[in-house]
Amino acid sequence: MTTAETGSETRLLTTSKAMVEAIAQEMERDPSVFLMGEDVGVYGGIFSSTEGLLERFGPERIMDTPISETGFIGAAVGAAIEGMRPIAELMFVDFFGVCMDQIYNHMAKIHYESGGNLNVPMVITTAMGGGYSDGAQHSQTLYGTFAHLPGMKIVIPSNPYDAKGLMTAAIQDDNPVLYFFHKGIMGLGWMTPNPRATDHVPEAPYVVEIGKADVKRSGSDVTIVTVSLMVHRALDAAEALAKDGIDAEVLDLRSLVPLDREAIVDSVTRTGRLLVVDEDYQSFGMSGEVITTAIEGAFDYLDAPPRRLAYPDVPIPYSNPLEQFCLPNAESIAAVARELVNA
Amino acid sequence: MIDEDTQRELLRQMIRARVFEEAMAEVYMEGKTPAFDIAAGPVPGEMHLAAGQEPVAAGVCANLRPGDAVTATHRPHHIALAHGMDMKKMTAEIFGKETGLGHGKGGHMHLFDPETHFGCSGIVAEGMPTAVGQALAFKKQGKGNVAVAFFGEGAANQGAFHESLNLAALWKLPVIFVCEDNAWAISVPKDAATAIGNNSDRAAAYGIPGALVSDNDVTEVYETAAVALERARAGEGPSLIEVKTDRLLGHFQGDAQLYRTQEQIEELEQRDAIRRYEQALVESEVLDSAEALEIWNRARAEVEEAIEFARSSPYPAPESALTGVFA
Ligand SMILES: Cc1ncc(C[n+]2csc(CCOP(=O)(O)OP(=O)(O)O)c2C)c(N)n1
Repeated sequence: MTTAETGSETRLLTTSKAMVEAIAQEMERDPSVFLMGEDVGVYGGIFSSTEGLLERFGPERIMDTPISETGFIGAAVGAAIEGMRPIAELMFVDFFGVCMDQIYNHMAKIHYESGGNLNVPMVITTAMGGGYSDGAQHSQTLYGTFAHLPGMKIVIPSNPYDAKGLMTAAIQDDNPVLYFFHKGIMGLGWMTPNPRATDHVPEAPYVVEIGKADVKRSGSDVTIVTVSLMVHRALDAAEALAKDGIDAEVLDLRSLVPLDREAIVDSVTRTGRLLVVDEDYQSFGMSGEVITTAIEGAFDYLDAPPRRLAYPDVPIPYSNPLEQFCLPNAESIAAVARELVNA
Repeated sequence: MIDEDTQRELLRQMIRARVFEEAMAEVYMEGKTPAFDIAAGPVPGEMHLAAGQEPVAAGVCANLRPGDAVTATHRPHHIALAHGMDMKKMTAEIFGKETGLGHGKGGHMHLFDPETHFGCSGIVAEGMPTAVGQALAFKKQGKGNVAVAFFGEGAANQGAFHESLNLAALWKLPVIFVCEDNAWAISVPKDAATAIGNNSDRAAAYGIPGALVSDNDVTEVYETAAVALERARAGEGPSLIEVKTDRLLGHFQGDAQLYRTQEQIEELEQRDAIRRYEQALVESEVLDSAEALEIWNRARAEVEEAIEFARSSPYPAPESALTGVFA
């Protein structure tokens, strides 16, 4: 881990509980933090991202909103400008279409347009990801779309520890931060069980620095770069590869903006081979950016052309066999890594 | 006064929809017990059922003609059926099968049927502009058809609702906006989300008629829709109809509904609009109880057949995911 140990007591927490703990601790510490979104109150967030917060902080600080994303996300921008630190939840990232103007023309640009005279310290939390047949409008990841637009930080935790530390960092940051949580890493009882969604998390507050990637497994033969649930898939693939004598390094980017280009270059320099795994659409996105970074920074060290395994450039189909065909998984990751190493 | 054939048809459509939703609730749980996993079973993913809201769909759609268009929401089954969608193709789509409307690419929130000019969207309120556009096309084509947009009361707080009403009013389009006010948007009650009591009052802001049907009564829905449709077909522009209806089940299947009490749910069940209408028709001798039972039995047979069709249909080839992005 690249993060400093805090030395405090740890407990086993799911990713969602770790995320909520960070929000609660920041709300205790800083009265300007408040949270709003759809079904964040009594329901506790459709993906348990706000569970228990209403009981603790009351409806003045945990605000259920109407289904008016342009309205309340825009209101978060306004409140942030006036010195509050709002957290606004966009229930599924797929719904960005109805409020994108507030996000990228306002939230992301006001600091720059004001010549640095205004800050927009806010967090948008949003659920992403598929694999459970929720169809084309409820399964996307879309972080590449947001990362493409300047002016907002993009964090994407893959595990409980990072979920807490990145949330604390996001709330404390003076810039707008989009916090993407994959439904499959939250540790929800009604999703396909994921053992990696529960882990030891320190009780005391701590920060995971935004913009620092994390080597989840070190290896010497091939670097697998990815984020979020695909980190879990890549780790599973790495275990399978180890049995074939292939030593894979798994790099969890954790943030796309800022992107830890040094970590990418450093890893590829050591392994000579790069595979990017991306649950987002393939073209014009994260995979292209990471590969470009490697080519620019480690060209002479590459033993083979970089490869990518991403979601194909098609809307996400509902039918299970179709969706699973499109999603990268441990087997397909291992297969491409083998090809890369044997090339 | 609605003629007796139409009364029987209204009852039949409501019963078909109810039987379908109840069957879906069961099928949905296949493979999801003892441990619930949303990704498991023959029907994975989210499942929003409309039990309780049948009067809205039946009452409005009974007024529609071939070629009239309908857009619905994430909770579309009752409307699709009332508007004449093929139950087998619809069910097969919900099962993700090759024989489904969209060959498994759409799913339960994305049922598209050119034959009945039906479409729906999982993005709250976003079916409304589409209906406006369909009405615009009908007007340009001189077709005399209308478009109907169904949406929940939660959707009436989206910009798309207000933009759609204004556009339709401005361009005098043949479109009807039908608000299914089931009092809940997932866990958020209407009075915690909407600044006024009745969405029908919002019609005044756009200079169009706004009608309120206050007790989930299919007769009243039918008659209210008839007036709005006549106006639209006469070229006099759009109307907004709000129906106070009931969501008997959770927002989606698997919803523990911790935001409302068991008593509240039971109260809704007790005032079940279908049972009420059935009783009224028996009392007024439009049909006898044997005939009523026959409607239920036929609906059960039809739904069973549709499910059997869906089950026995093949899945699409996995690689077909990569085709069909462009025409
Ligand atoms: C733009 C958008 N925001 C949020 C959601 C999540 N969502 C799905 S249904 C729903 C509640 C909708 O309430 P209502 O419109 O009243 O319809 P009902 O579910 O009661 O039928 C919400 C918030 C969504 N699908 N799209």
